[in-house]
Order: sequence, then C-alpha cells, then structure tokens
Amino acid sequence: MNQQATPYRNDFLREVEKNVEEGHWVKMCMQCGVCAGSCPLGSAWAHPPQEIFMMIRAGKREEVLTSDSMWMCTSCYNCMVRCPRQLPITHIMHGLANYAHRLGLAPKGQPTQATATLFWNNLIKKGRVNELTFSLALYFKDGFVQGIKNALGMQSIGLGLMKAKRLNPMEILGGHGVKDQAGLQAMIAKAREIEDRKKGFAK
Amino acid sequence: MAEMKTAAYICSGCGIGERVSTAQMAKIAQKEGKMALVREHACLCDESGVQTIKDDIEKEAVTHIVIAACSRRAKTEAFNFPAIALSRANIREGVIWSQPDDADRAETTQEMADDYVRMGCAEVKKMKVPEGNPNRASNKRILVVGGGVSGMTAALEMADAGYDTVLVEKSAALGGWASQLAKRVPSKQPYADPADTGIAELAAKVSSHKHIKLHLNSTIAQTNGAPGRFSVDIAQESGATVTEEVGALIQATGFTPYDMMKLPELGAGKSPNVVDQLGLEKLVKAANGSPVKRPSDGGEVKSVVFIQCAGQRDEAMESGGKHLPYCSGHCCATSIKQAMYFKDANPDIDTMVMYTDLRVPGTGEDFYRSGQQKGVTFTKGKTSSVEAAGSDGKDACKVNFRDLILNEDVSIEADLVVLATGMVANSGMNIDIPEEEVARMEVKPISILNLNYRQGKDMPQLKNGFADSHFICFPYETRRTGIYAAGPVRRPMDMTQAIEDATGAAMKAIQAVENASLGRAAHPRAGDLSYPIVRLEGCTQCKRCTVECPFGAIDEDEKRFPVFNESRCRRCGTCMGACPVRVISFENYSVDTVGMQIKSVDMPDEFSEKPRILILACENDAYPALDMAGMHRRSYSAFVRIIPVRCLGSVNTIWITDALNGGWDGVMMMGCKKGDDYQCHFVKGSEMASYRMSKVDDTLKQMGLETERVASYEVAITDIERVPQLINDYAGKIKEIGMSPMKGFA
Amino acid sequence: MAKKEYAFYPGCSSQKGASASNYLTSVNAMCDKLDVSITEIPDWNCCGASIGYAEGGELPRLALSARNFALAETHLPGKEMVATCAACWLAQREVKERLDHSEVLLKETNEALAAAGLQYQGTTPIRHMVEVLIEDLGYEALKKPVVKSLEGIKFAGYVGCQTNRPFGIAGESFENPVYLDKLVETVGGEAVPYDQKVTCCGGALAFSEPEKSQKQIRDIVESAYDHGAEMIVTPCPLCQANVEIYQSEINKKQGTKFSMPVLYYSQLMTIAYGGSAKEAGLDGQLIKAKKLEDIAGK
Repeated sequence: MNQQATPYRNDFLREVEKNVEEGHWVKMCMQCGVCAGSCPLGSAWAHPPQEIFMMIRAGKREEVLTSDSMWMCTSCYNCMVRCPRQLPITHIMHGLANYAHRLGLAPKGQPTQATATLFWNNLIKKGRVNELTFSLALYFKDGFVQGIKNALGMQSIGLGLMKAKRLNPMEILGGHGVKDQAGLQAMIAKAREIEDRKKGFAK
Repeated sequence: MAEMKTAAYICSGCGIGERVSTAQMAKIAQKEGKMALVREHACLCDESGVQTIKDDIEKEAVTHIVIAACSRRAKTEAFNFPAIALSRANIREGVIWSQPDDADRAETTQEMADDYVRMGCAEVKKMKVPEGNPNRASNKRILVVGGGVSGMTAALEMADAGYDTVLVEKSAALGGWASQLAKRVPSKQPYADPADTGIAELAAKVSSHKHIKLHLNSTIAQTNGAPGRFSVDIAQESGATVTEEVGALIQATGFTPYDMMKLPELGAGKSPNVVDQLGLEKLVKAANGSPVKRPSDGGEVKSVVFIQCAGQRDEAMESGGKHLPYCSGHCCATSIKQAMYFKDANPDIDTMVMYTDLRVPGTGEDFYRSGQQKGVTFTKGKTSSVEAAGSDGKDACKVNFRDLILNEDVSIEADLVVLATGMVANSGMNIDIPEEEVARMEVKPISILNLNYRQGKDMPQLKNGFADSHFICFPYETRRTGIYAAGPVRRPMDMTQAIEDATGAAMKAIQAVENASLGRAAHPRAGDLSYPIVRLEGCTQCKRCTVECPFGAIDEDEKRFPVFNESRCRRCGTCMGACPVRVISFENYSVDTVGMQIKSVDMPDEFSEKPRILILACENDAYPALDMAGMHRRSYSAFVRIIPVRCLGSVNTIWITDALNGGWDGVMMMGCKKGDDYQCHFVKGSEMASYRMSKVDDTLKQMGLETERVASYEVAITDIERVPQLINDYAGKIKEIGMSPMKGFA
Repeated sequence: MAKKEYAFYPGCSSQKGASASNYLTSVNAMCDKLDVSITEIPDWNCCGASIGYAEGGELPRLALSARNFALAETHLPGKEMVATCAACWLAQREVKERLDHSEVLLKETNEALAAAGLQYQGTTPIRHMVEVLIEDLGYEALKKPVVKSLEGIKFAGYVGCQTNRPFGIAGESFENPVYLDKLVETVGGEAVPYDQKVTCCGGALAFSEPEKSQKQIRDIVESAYDHGAEMIVTPCPLCQANVEIYQSEINKKQGTKFSMPVLYYSQLMTIAYGGSAKEAGLDGQLIKAKKLEDIAGK
C-alpha cells in the first residue's frame, strides 16, 4: 500500500478523506497558521499541522505518513479551539498517526507510537490499565539494559509512589480488570473488523 | 430691487454680555458700521429675538442684517431669512470662547468683538441676495452611455422613478460582459453555488420600459451643454446622427479585459489550453451542459489550474510599466465559481486555485467555503511560467510555480489553465495628457463622451485610468457636474457592486437635473443660488479661470472670452481667486465682501504692541476646526481676525496685498490638504492657492516685507488641538520679527 | 439540599493502589459532605484516554466508551454519568457527540457492542465532577459546608487542557477560565493570577517525550512560584501526576529547587469541609502539603 500520489492532484487527499479519522476536513483548511502558532510542542513538529494539510493537498503521501510530526500531538486541543475554519485538527493528526502506523510507515522506534501500542495492548488485556505492568513495559521497551537504567533512574519516584499507595507492586500478579473480558475483547475485535473493511485494511 | 436698509443685532446671550460690552459693540455698529438700525437682545435665537428681526424686516423694510452672536455654523434654522442678505459676526466661538476669561485679557477681547462687528457691517453692505440664474435649464431627461449591468441598472432605476431615459449602447445587444457569463457568483443566501446571471430578464425589462429609449449600435459623437441643457449627438451605425436633449449623463461604459497576449510567460498564445476567465466562460457556454473539452485536441479535461493575479498586482509597474498594478477585486470569487463549474459536473476533475492572497470579502467567504466543500483545492503559490508541454503545444500544459507554504519549486501538469486577468476601464481619453504628447501618439486615444468642454473631451481620470466619479467626502459626486461614472469604468468591481454603484449614480443624476432646474448648486455648497457673474468688459482673456476651474465649468467662445456654465459650477470661487483683474464675483461673496472686511478693522499703531494677524480660513475644514477649538475653550492669540472663505482657491491675491498695505502684520491661510490624498472639498482649490502663494515671496521682498508675513497651513476638521497651537506659534513668530513697517501708510 | 445521584465512572488511575487513588479518596469524602451520591458503573472499562487512538484506531476507541454508556444506561438508568478524570470525561464526551451526530458510526458501534451483548442508546450525558459541582450545586451550595476556611493559602489554579478545551466548563472562555479560582475562593483560599493556567503539561507524552514534557512542566511550576503561589490545584489526574512527580527530575537535570505541592480541588474542599488529612488523601502527596495537613489537624 505504498503507492505514489500525483503531486497537487487529489488522489492522496481523497485517500485521506476516506481512511483517516475526520479526514474530510483537510480540504477546508485556509492556511492561516494559527494551529502552528498555538501548539505547545510546536517547535518539535518537523511540519506543523498547517504544512501537513498543504502537503496532503500537494500529494506528498510518503513525507506525510513517514513524518514524526503528528506524533508530537499531546491532545491539548489548543489548535482546534482556535482554528477559524473549526477543523478538528487534534483528531486529524491522531487519525494520520494511526493510519501511518497501520500502513507500517510510521518512523521506526517513534517513542509515542511505541508507548501508545504498549498502552493499548495493556488496557485491552483486562479492560483496565495495569499501571505497574505498563510502566515496566515502558521502561523496557528499548531493551533489557536500558530498562534497568530507566527503572533505576526512576527509583526514588517509584518508591515514593509506592509509599503513597499510588503504585501497587502487587499488580504484577494481574491487577484490576473487567469481569466480561471475553465480551470486551470480542467487541474490540468486531470494531476492528468493521474499520479494517471500511478503510481497506481487510485481508 | 428694494433699497438697501441695514440693521445690526447684538446678542448678549451665551455669556457674551458678561465678557464684552454689547453697548460698545452697538455703538460701533451704528457709528462706524453705519447701520441704520441697531438693536441689542438678551437671546437673539429665541422666539422673541427672531420675531424682533422678522418685525424689522416687515415693518422697517430692513434688507441687510448683521447678527453679532454665535458662529454662522450655529442656529441656522433660527436665523433663516431667505430674502435678506445676512452677515454673522462670530462673537461666541470666535471671541469669548477662544479667549480666556482673565482680567488682563478683557481689553483685547473687547477689541476682537468690536472688530468683528466692524467686519460684519462692512461685509453685509457689499452683499446681495442671490436670486439664482434666470436662464435655468430644466430638461430632466437622463442619458446613459453603456448597456451592460451598470448602464441597464441605472436606466431602470431612473425610469422606474419616472424620469425619461435614453440608453446608448455601442454593440448590437444589451448585456455587456455579464451576458457572456455561463453563471454568476451568487448574491443570495446561502452563497454556495453559481447562480443564473439574470441578464436576460434585465435586458428584457430595459427594452420594454415605456420611459427608456434605446439606441443600439451607437456611440456619442459630441456632447454639448451643461446640467439641465445637455445636447448629445449620437452617431448611429447607418451613419446618421440623432440629437438627444437631456439634463444629465451617466457613463457606464465598463471595462475591457486586460489583453491576455501580454502574458506569454503564463502560456498565453502558446497553447489554446491557456485561456482567460472570459475565455473559460465561452468554453462552458459553448459546451452547453456537456463536459468541457480541451481546446487543443478535444481531449478530456481531468485537471484545471486557475492562476490568480495574472498580469495584475504587478509591482513592476512602479519601476516602469509592465502589467496592471492594482487588484480587480472580483477575480478570486470568479475563479472559485469557474472551478465549481467543473466540480458540479464531475467531482473527479481536479481543480486548483493558485493564489498569493485570496480575496473573497464578505459573503464571498461563504462561497470560498462552499468551494472547499466541493473539493476545490487552494495552493498558495507564485507561478513563474506556463509551458505548453509536448512539441506542438497540443497536450496538457505544464505549470511551474513556487509553493509558498512548503517553500519549494514545483512543476505540475494541467489540461486547462485559466488566467485571472484584470479589468481595464473604458474611460476614454486621459485629458491630463498635453495635446503635443497626444499628437505624437501612434494610436490616438478615442473619446467616449466627446465633451465640447474647454478642459477636455472626457471625464478626468483618477488613478490607473479609471474615470472620475467620487471625490473626497462625497462618494458618487463628480468633477463634471451632471455627468456620473458608474460601474467598472470607475473602479474594478463585481456585478453586485456595479448594481449598487449604478443605483447611486442614478440618484445623483436625478439630483443634478432637479438642482439645475432650480438654479441650485450641488455638493458641497448644496442649494447655493449664487453663481459667478463676470464683467466681461474688464476681462483680459488670460484664461486662468478657464484652466483652473476644478470642474471644467468654464468654456471659451470664438472671441476667446470665458463662457460660464452656471449649472456646471460648484460655486467654489476658484475662478474669482484666479482672476488678476477681479472681474468675477458672486452676489453674496466677492472681492469686496472680503476686501472691505480686511479694510474695516481698527488698526493699532506700531508702538501698541498689538499686532493684527488675518486668518483666511476655508469654510469646509479650517473654520469648523476653529469653531470647535472655541467650543473646547482652547485659547489662541487675541490678535487674530478670522474671515471664512469658500475655498482657499477663491482667495484673490488682492486680499493679501490689501492686508499688507493696510498694516496687517501677518496673513495665515488655512485650508484643506492638497495632493494625491487630497481633502480639499473642491478637489483642486487648496492646490491652486498653494501654487499662487508660491509666487508671493517675490512680491513681499519687493515690498520690503519678511516672507514670514504670509503663511499657508493645511488644516483638517479634526485639528481642534492643533489649530490654536498653529495660531499661537505664528503669533510668536510675528512678535519676533516685529510689527509691520507698513502701518501708518494706509 | 436534595440528594443528588450520579452514575460514577472512576477511570483506571483512580482505582485502588493506582496513581490517582488519593483523588478518589478525597472525592468520596467531598461527595459525602455535599450529600452527593455516586454509584460506580458495574464492570466499566478503560476509555482509552488521549493516547488510545494510535493503536486503537477510530471505531475500537468509540466502542470502548460506548460500552461504558451502555452499562450505565442498563444498570443505572436515568442517572447522569460523572467522571473525575479529565481525559476520561473528554474522551467519552467526544464519543457521545460523535455517535449522536453520525448515524453511520452509531450503527457500526452498536454492531461492535452487540458482540458484548450491549447497545448504546445515547440517553445518558456525561459530566465532569467540576461541572456537577458548579452547574448542579452552585458556588453558594459549595460554600455552605465550609467549616475550616483555608486561611488564604495562595493557590495557582492550574486548569490545564482537557476540562477546558474544546468544551469548557459552564461556557467559560478557553483562554482564561476562572472556575478553579472561584472554587479556591469558595473554600477560603486565595487564587493568584497565573499565566500558565491553560498550558499543556505534556499529557501522555510525559511518558514518551520526557524532555519536551518536562519543559512544559517547568514553565508551569515556575510561573506558580513567580506569582506567589504556595500550592498548585488541578482537576486532572495526569496533570497532577506529571506536575508533581517530575519536579524532582527537573531539579536533578536543571538545578531548580522545585517543591510545590500539587493538589486536587476535591482535597481542598474535603479539608475545608472538616475532613481529616487521610480523608482528603493528603497522605498520597509526594510533595507534602504541610499547611493543609496543619489545618486538617486543627
């Protein structure tokens, strides 16, 4: 699924409209730049949202989908409330990130993407987040040695949290969860199936 | 004409009586002003005061009155005596409000009030009540040149209001450029889709209206006359000429699209697939509902690029003239509309609008959003060139541009390229180009109105070749009284604006014919019945009045004497100011009405340490600013005496000479701003004055006087704080250079 | 005051032993004093928060929240949902808007929910606890139970992002919401003017982009100090965690000496209503709020 898009023609735009969450809004951007100026992590974006929208319209499929820009979004919604065209920018950025990830085009080792995957896999298991196993998975995502380093670095904080009863080492045994785990997972699988069909990911 | 009987009324109201001695002022009016009747009153503007004056007019046969009270700009309804010559001495705003209430200023304040009484009396004795031009012109028919949207709208508005209208159109059909459009930009909610142009209905209404007479295939051969009495010769296709007598004209001759062939770098002329906006309308109309095909080979159109600002907003103009320097306003919305032609027919056709700035003001924003909803894309980019791809120019074009958001140079293909070119006004000849230069031109300019006016055959042009209508402070007013430009001939505009513009022009044309039939002036001296009266025996045929009139109201006869056309005149008096032999005057405003005021003041001697500074203040901006300075109690020098003038252009140099000879220590001329961003309410008056005053330095040197003794200032109506400062600074300067050596020689 | 009843969505971080468990402790105490009854939705699941999108995609994410609505509608019909976590509230509020306005998404979501034997009806609105306090009870009612004024302790009201944008609380301005300041004043504290009131703390990116997030957190804490605040108060568990926990990291890396306690509004209110330090969950603070503990002890 790594086709080239024709420059400045609408094929990539149409693809985004079809497959990206809230993608039908991209054509409404009027290039004012308020989003770029409002973002708290703005300087970290290789291409701020304004440019991303223009790049989509310019058919720069690969640059957009392989960019780490949209992964910089913290969901603060500052851009969204200020956009004069009322584009749901936060959701479009999230949608692009997810789409890029599904296509396998997201930058390798993108930390937010990796974190998000760990988070999702964690919550899906039992239906509720297990903060202990999530933190451990986070620390060790870049390998065992790095994991030890990370854990040691956060040692005092970890201990402090445990003392304050805000981190429970017992969660290693399983932690909280819903009773109807089967039902939950079936629901998620069904939802995934429907979405994949719609967006052309179905096998 | 009744024998002159004068009366002066001194009001002590509004605190005047507490600050100055009205009894003394009354005595001056009687003894020095030689007023036959002098009365004092506690409040002249109230019922009893006005009745007193009315009784004197009826029972005492009073014909000329001086009211020493508030400014002439106040209480005009109360002091409204139409058959009486009236002079107002400005004691309130001009004296007691502008002078501080200090004991040590009491004497000079009284002197000021006394002088204004003298001046009022001197003025009124030289005034006559204007009765208006006995040879009034009363034709109320109106002629419209141009049968496009603007012309048709103007004609219909006037015809529906009951005025007989003549419409002259050079082509065989009504409708202009609008009739060549497939659809128009919507002018009604929700502003989302292209709409029917409505031209067919409009033309049908015009053709069948009982008050509209139509001349198709016709042009204007010659226009003679003035408002109320224009005589227009219409040249018809057959060769015959028809003459129409009308009272006013509207020029709605529209525009010509900028010649696309001047843009070869944008592909014009290189490929038939590169068209301008009107070219695209033609293609769409010809396709008549089926898909538009590529002109070069009939191939399918899958992508269209619209290039905005083609040959417009070209900065190069400043450095010597490539394309149009201005924006034509409508083209962004028009391109969106044209992109919609394609999207509405087939959403899979890619349409891109390439812009550097997108201008879709007002409801255009809704139209822009609608375009985006339909999938029209917008790229902020600057096109460098358009090539006809393929060896013989038959295939898709290549558009090379710089994407200004992504900062890259790009090259894309397009089946069709539409250039948004600009509007060039069909304004006729530029009358400011000297005749010798016109004679040298290869292609001679063609006049549209062929006015038989001394100052030129067409309307004066404002900027960039657009015909005048609109001068400062009076939108829709014109420098050729009775002739109004409307529609894109006077500035680039779209259909909605043109309809509004034409309606405004129609209203003004009606106003002009009604005024002319009453012998009355139009703005800014609306309703004025006085008009220039010339003593031709004294005329030296110097032509200054003829050339300097800002409104071209004066022609020349075979004997080279000036011919004054009252209904073209705005009563500014620039002619009076120009005349070196002073043969021009108005019944109520003349060399004498001002000159005698200048000579009437009590001039202290050179040892008194009381200089006298004359201020000639134009009635439009400077005099109101001075009044308002008084209202705000901003004090200024007690040594000034202010005379309002209609326009600085009306200031005759004899007044300056008389003032200086009479021992006045300084003369300040205050008028509106001149130049490109002028504020002068008569367009060129203050410029004329400035030009004349540039010669005055030599005269001053000859008289052995310092050049500082005559100074000119640009004053705006908002200069309430500034104008007292100017006066005080000038008084300080006069104190420095000392009293005039001319005192005692008067 | 009439008893108010709500269906309660605690969220993962408020669970026993989790990072915002002390938040829930204080909320329970506060609701008790205000005679507000919150009943936990049986078998609720994680909402996905603001990071679920990346792996979850659109429909699975909608389904997660829709399941919670369906459970509330089934087991606690007629009661409005209330959440104490800003991200949980926002995620589910957005899902409700999306489903209520798109027939297609509604149909597809219910198709997925059917696999868990549930259906989304769309009859239950979701509120944030501060909305309930301010809109349903009102500042006057919130003032009544105050027995121990907070003695003018200076608080920086850190509203953050998600209770503020894009919906806002009670129609307040996005750029300068004042509800938190008003809550502080209601319980006798002093709200200092605070220019980082709506600055993002980095949210979930505190985990994945620590440097960038800590730059934000530094600005937030520094400004609180600069404006004379003694403590920061917030309505969001992630903000509380981020702004409190990483102060020591920032001190280590950047040589600052931050030690600013970060509290929940519910903790302030519990103390003001006469609750003990334990009831207010003050023992859960990493940076102790000594002054509040003292007041509680009086």
